[in-house]
Amino acid sequence: MRLLRVYALAYLVFLYAPIVLLPMFAFNNGTIIAFPLTGFTTRWFEAVIATPAIRNAVQNSLIIAVSSAVISTALAVCAARASTRYRFPGKAGIMGLIMLPIVLPEIIVAVSLLVVLLGVGVNLSILTVILGHVLICTPFCIAILNSAFQSLDRSLEEAAYDLGESRWSTFRLVTLPLVAPGIVSSLLISFTISLDEFIIAYFLAGTQATLPVYIFSQFRFPQAVPVIMALGTILVALSVTLLACAEYFRRRSIARTGGPQSGGLT
Amino acid sequence: MGAGVPRRLGRSEAARGFVLIGPPAIYAILLLAAPLGTMLLYSFLTDGYLEIIWTLTLDNYREAWTDPLYRSVVLRSLRVAAMVTLVTVCLAFPIAYYVSFHVRPSRKGLWLFLITIPFWTSYLIRVFLWKVILGYNGVINSGLLGLGVIDEPLTFILYNVNAVVITLAHAYAPFAILPIFVALERIDRSLLEAGRDLGESGPMTFWRVTLPLAMPGVVAAVLIVFIPTIGDYVTPALVGGPEGRMVANLIQLQYLRLDNFPLGSAIALSAMAIVTVVSLVFLFLNRRFLRAAP
Repeated sequence: MRLLRVYALAYLVFLYAPIVLLPMFAFNNGTIIAFPLTGFTTRWFEAVIATPAIRNAVQNSLIIAVSSAVISTALAVCAARASTRYRFPGKAGIMGLIMLPIVLPEIIVAVSLLVVLLGVGVNLSILTVILGHVLICTPFCIAILNSAFQSLDRSLEEAAYDLGESRWSTFRLVTLPLVAPGIVSSLLISFTISLDEFIIAYFLAGTQATLPVYIFSQFRFPQAVPVIMALGTILVALSVTLLACAEYFRRRSIARTGGPQSGGLT
Repeated sequence: MGAGVPRRLGRSEAARGFVLIGPPAIYAILLLAAPLGTMLLYSFLTDGYLEIIWTLTLDNYREAWTDPLYRSVVLRSLRVAAMVTLVTVCLAFPIAYYVSFHVRPSRKGLWLFLITIPFWTSYLIRVFLWKVILGYNGVINSGLLGLGVIDEPLTFILYNVNAVVITLAHAYAPFAILPIFVALERIDRSLLEAGRDLGESGPMTFWRVTLPLAMPGVVAAVLIVFIPTIGDYVTPALVGGPEGRMVANLIQLQYLRLDNFPLGSAIALSAMAIVTVVSLVFLFLNRRFLRAAP
């Protein structure tokens, strides 16, 4: 099984190759993105901070990502609760429709929304991007929250009813705290998805560039690329931190509700 | 509970379920089902430059299916997606197998986390870095030149279908690994021992017991990789060059450049129909593995 282990390590190298190269070019003094490296500099990071267009794009992206995370998690709490706790006619069909964006190419979501929004005369802006991002984030949030609600011990809620709590206060005082780590994890995952999403933002943002749209537009200019590498390094560091947090909360959520430990974002 | 819901109905389980599923369902109907329906309607209309002509016609589909340019792009997308799927799933299987069978249970979570991290980092930047790795002055070429393996830079690895396949195989790796891993984890280990006890060799046990039992995961991996890759826009646009354009680039061209929504809709829906048919055929061919799935 030695061979398999070597293969596994080689595969990790393949997976991480682009991410390892990113900071190398971000701190490289040369303007051309190629080897050999020519020396250490932080000037690309300074340029990131000094560029107004980047600041504007970051602001747009943050507004979109925070709104999308909050709205899609709220919708997903409803859906996950309904699908794990209640039986009702047409459940499979309704859940299928809500989960559909997971298997739908994003470009289809983007163009179909574009047709409708332009058709009813809505101006493209940050708001229209949020509408699209909520659509694609919700299924991921539901997947996370389903496992949180599923591992919930129902007898705890029943105990609260028996002790005279109403349905809503039971949800607020018992259920919500128990699934809170799952909610945090869902917020973080949807925030990350929205922050990184390109194609929907490209179609629906109008003149308001988000960060990925800005990055894509800069790839055409070779002299702008080192700055993008620096920006990318910051983004990757941020994503990895957020994910580590999300994973931590997801595990705590399962541990708290008493479910079995299983690894990964599955 | 909603104020308009009568008390008795409010108490029934189905009604509570409906009230809860209401907001996400309405959202999906308004912003997913209705737009897809509108797109379907548009695909039967005609683009009249400044406005849409409201007579139903099949012309868009006729053009989408008979124009040699469109047809070659759609066929290339199918070919590229099939290649990406094959490469990704074949590369992923040994990893899923290694993590499931040869990693200590306490370390499995860490391995899966390591495998999923690259997926969550900026997709655009990862694709661009593949361009840096595969380029004329890229990492591979300068490395091989430095080692004296080649005399001049390799040009067949960027701005063509190969580059698209490599980049997408990297991007979709976790999508392939996770379902296969889940299927492998479900295999009852005593079945493998039984195979050995009955005199099968290690490879034969793998071929006749492990692989058939892992097939539901492999089938899921194939579909999860195949369906989104065929609609990928960024990778063909950045590393594909003119030879590597795929159907998403064509859809973008129709919508944003040529402003021809009806034809764009017809192409998009045709591509979706093809993907659906291919996926269903694939599921049908593998039905005997899926029937036994728990």
